[in-house]
Amino acid sequence: MKTVEPAHSAAPGRPEQASPAPSAKPAKAGRKNQDRVHALLMVAPAVGGLIAFVGIPFGYAVVLSFYNVRLGSPLEPSFFGLEHYRRLFTDPDQSGPFLRALLNNLTFAAVVVPLQTGLALGLAILLNRKLKAIGLFRSLFFMPVVFPMALVAVIWRLILARSEQGMLNSLLDAVSLGNWGAFDWLGDTATAMASIVVLSVWQGVGFQMVILLAGLQQIPGELYEASELDRASRWQQFRHVTLPGIRGTLVFVALLTSVMSFRIFDQVYILIRGGGLDEDATRTVMYQAVTTAFDQNNIGQASAITVVFFLIVLVLTIVQRRVVRPDNED
Amino acid sequence: MAMTRTPVRRILDYSVLSVLAFVFVLPVLYLFLGSLKPSDEVLNGLSGFLPTHLTFDNYSAVLDSLNSDSTGYFWQFMGVSVLVAFVVVTGGLFVNSMAAYGLSRLKWRGREAVFTLVLLLMLIPFESVAVPLFYMFNGQRNTLYIQAVPFIANAFAIYQFHTFFRKIPTSIEEAARLDGAGPWRTFFAIIVPMSRPVFASVAILTFLIQWGSFLWPVLMVSDPSVRPLPLEISVFQGQQPPDWGQILAFGVLLVLPVLVVFAFFQRWFVQGVASSAVKG
Repeated sequence: MKTVEPAHSAAPGRPEQASPAPSAKPAKAGRKNQDRVHALLMVAPAVGGLIAFVGIPFGYAVVLSFYNVRLGSPLEPSFFGLEHYRRLFTDPDQSGPFLRALLNNLTFAAVVVPLQTGLALGLAILLNRKLKAIGLFRSLFFMPVVFPMALVAVIWRLILARSEQGMLNSLLDAVSLGNWGAFDWLGDTATAMASIVVLSVWQGVGFQMVILLAGLQQIPGELYEASELDRASRWQQFRHVTLPGIRGTLVFVALLTSVMSFRIFDQVYILIRGGGLDEDATRTVMYQAVTTAFDQNNIGQASAITVVFFLIVLVLTIVQRRVVRPDNED
Repeated sequence: MAMTRTPVRRILDYSVLSVLAFVFVLPVLYLFLGSLKPSDEVLNGLSGFLPTHLTFDNYSAVLDSLNSDSTGYFWQFMGVSVLVAFVVVTGGLFVNSMAAYGLSRLKWRGREAVFTLVLLLMLIPFESVAVPLFYMFNGQRNTLYIQAVPFIANAFAIYQFHTFFRKIPTSIEEAARLDGAGPWRTFFAIIVPMSRPVFASVAILTFLIQWGSFLWPVLMVSDPSVRPLPLEISVFQGQQPPDWGQILAFGVLLVLPVLVVFAFFQRWFVQGVASSAVKG
């Protein structure tokens, strides 16, 4: 037991307490107590911070969602039970924008997850070769990831500008030999969400690409050599070597993208507030939470929205773990 | 694979990549070129792209127009962003690595429970605590520290450090202990120096996320004197009528620090991202 213990710290304490070896025990127990004090001192600042700024606020969100609370109101917060939740889902005044936001989120995810994952996979395969300057290409595709979303929104506001002088409009005008007039990409209900999808994918695809590239590089080269000896076509190689090789990574990336797509806020908020983006077609759950808390000063309702938001993200995360784990075992 | 590649194939690869990369980088080129053009030529159809009349006027105009108490000062916005990012990154490296060490290398009762708690807290995205935090700290609005302090402790950073520390052979610590080093000295003198890669990738990922932080400032900051850059650009681009040359120049000033860091530490950026793919 003693020879195994130092190498495996997975079961702390217990084997030793059970072992009846009296000789070394007092010294070791003393060191253990000291270790415990040191360990607690080391762990306390970070875990204390997490409890103060994540754990307690989260519990508070649940509590606040049962109360009618307003900032700076002379009225005491009053208990509201499940009323906020009922209103969110059934009261037309409040459920209208909220359910619309939920639907927008789902639409966004349904488009972005396959589109961005597919694009990232395509790029990763293209960039997974031994070419000179491949590092430069990888950096170029990764670059937008470092752009703050607030800036991405501003750049694309200009590209998608509704005037004839807007970059996209004038490009289409040139390509269509003058048959294309001014189109309001952000303001039109039909294209507002598509615009948000384009700028979000542009900013985010490099992130997924890098993860998939790491997955591709773990596929043993012999598998490709063997399949080449079997005269497999490129498509067969892709189907029978590449895809199975990165299945776990691919599922992980798809679920990561879906979680991230639910968190979308910055670009929607900025463009709705100052960029002429159609509000109804693009409001998201987080946008709804912020405007409810901030503009309507309805903290209880906003908390109920963030609790619903959390539950959705939690389900996605649990699915993610469930799906990825079996793959790890074989 | 590389053996079967013919020169033709290679040229094809380069062409496909070059075309894709060009289209992909267009918005960035547009940002940089536009920032160097007279404002009235930015939103000017396809010629808005052509680099005619290059000038740095927009940059000096941004610094001039954001240079009073009513508009706020550009260097103040920059200072706030730099300061907050600095506190979150350095403070975070310190407390999160220390906690991860205590959780991965020291043996004590309750350690599994605390680590499980950290993993559970990692499941809670910031978005779902933003509203109650805003309510709890409403009295601290428009302060600098409320922008930084809540983000120092970071469950995901602890997890990244934990994963790295777990792989260090125990014999290293045993040796240090025989030499009489306690856990603190072992950590700071031995573990930290040999863990530079994980420190670098956590630092860079934290900096990246913090530099672009927007939701929290929207809720907590209204006063220009403590406004960080991303919030200010959203205010600045909403001015009527918009001055596009200045807005793009502002954008370049906002992203340039990250691009410089990125250029120097690309490897760590990529590692930081890839390590977020560690399957749990």
